[in-house]
Amino acid sequence: MHEETVYEALEHAPGDERHWAFGTGFDDPLAGVDTTVPDGVDPTDLGTYCLMLGDDALVLAQRLTQWITAAPELEEEVAVANVALDLLGQARLLLARAGSVGVLGRSRERATESIPDEDALAYFRDPDEFRNTALVEAPNGDFARTIARLFVAAAVRLALFARLRASRDPVLAAIAAKGVNELAYHRDHAARWLLRLGDGTAESHRRAQDGVDAVWPLLADLFTATEAETRLAAAGVAVDPATLRDEVRTVLLEVLARATLTAPPWPDDAPLRGRLGEHGPELAALLTELQGLAREHPAATW
Amino acid sequence: MVSAMPTTADPRTVADTVTDPELPMLTLADLGVLRDVRVEEGIVVVEITPTYTGCPAMGTMRADLVHALHEAGYPDVDVRTVLAPAWSTDWITADGRRKLAEAGIAPPGPAPVRTDGPVPLQLGPTRRTASCPLCGSADTEELSEFSATACKALRRCRSCREPFEHVKEI
Repeated sequence: MHEETVYEALEHAPGDERHWAFGTGFDDPLAGVDTTVPDGVDPTDLGTYCLMLGDDALVLAQRLTQWITAAPELEEEVAVANVALDLLGQARLLLARAGSVGVLGRSRERATESIPDEDALAYFRDPDEFRNTALVEAPNGDFARTIARLFVAAAVRLALFARLRASRDPVLAAIAAKGVNELAYHRDHAARWLLRLGDGTAESHRRAQDGVDAVWPLLADLFTATEAETRLAAAGVAVDPATLRDEVRTVLLEVLARATLTAPPWPDDAPLRGRLGEHGPELAALLTELQGLAREHPAATW
Repeated sequence: MVSAMPTTADPRTVADTVTDPELPMLTLADLGVLRDVRVEEGIVVVEITPTYTGCPAMGTMRADLVHALHEAGYPDVDVRTVLAPAWSTDWITADGRRKLAEAGIAPPGPAPVRTDGPVPLQLGPTRRTASCPLCGSADTEELSEFSATACKALRRCRSCREPFEHVKEI
């Protein structure tokens, strides 16, 4: 048989050889996991919380991916891609968890039935349905600003996940326990870059300081709980973000001091925006890029 | 013919032969990813756990397990994901470590111990040591914490000058 392309050849390949071209058909990252909601927990609250944490990871993964082919050195490109991949994996599990308790927003009105929940949530929600904070959607800026943002985001997420390991929801607890190992790498990698940049040349110091100054105001709404978080925290499922503030501040200030960078004044708490679905135009632009292919070809598989 | 029960290898033996798609010198059992194989009411139930949350090879691992068991005469296979406890490089078997080294990949040292509290900062240049899998020298340095797959770092041997990959401890 002489097929024109390797894909045609794979069409006729025996048995499971075809999955190399057309996917494995396994697309539920929670397959076989017990997704029962713990007693006394509102499934909508749980799903909404999973969207918050999942969207933070998904949007930051997309931002980091924008560095691919543009990072300052090859090794760093691989590093940024690896960090993004870890975050994408966390997003998959969290969005699948949201879907497992029926929190799908309007995505199911747009996504065909064959599309799994996690993909429906990632590709077929509009910006006002995303629950990520402003910290992760802000544009990358230069490399120093990207590193400053990654450091802050990873430090907050690591502190959160370390506590979430004790969640009464066994799925969230398991996702957090895996995530802690990954996030520790992310935070420390970004922190070491910050030391190098801050304590490097006058130019790298200036850029690192500018990056920190730009990112710092985005801390303002990270430690305010939504109503769902407050209820879930009382039920032992979620972590009230206010309880993370001191720990995060200690880590951030220690690294900035060692990097010879000046910590801007800690911002006052600001009203919630991103967690409630209010976003700037940057998120819409990012989602256009992220969702374009899936929306153009909603039934495509590869 | 009433009985459809195969007379070939038992399912655990079959699952034990399936290799990792990205580290094909290792079986999933060597890697500690294959957690359990059992038969429940005529269905082969296989439990696997992801190495890293975002490991893109999970789908292929599941497909390969199903394929191998189908080929061996088990038509009903259910591959389940287990998330807890989280995978650790400590689960890579002694055989797995030997095969990694033979393939030029330095096996991991002991994984860091995680406590319940906050994770302390690690700001030093490296917290790992690995002997060169090619010449055995202990005089090696880290080139990059991240490498071609999520589970490996890139190092270089100062003695024989060769770069090599190292499965990083988690």
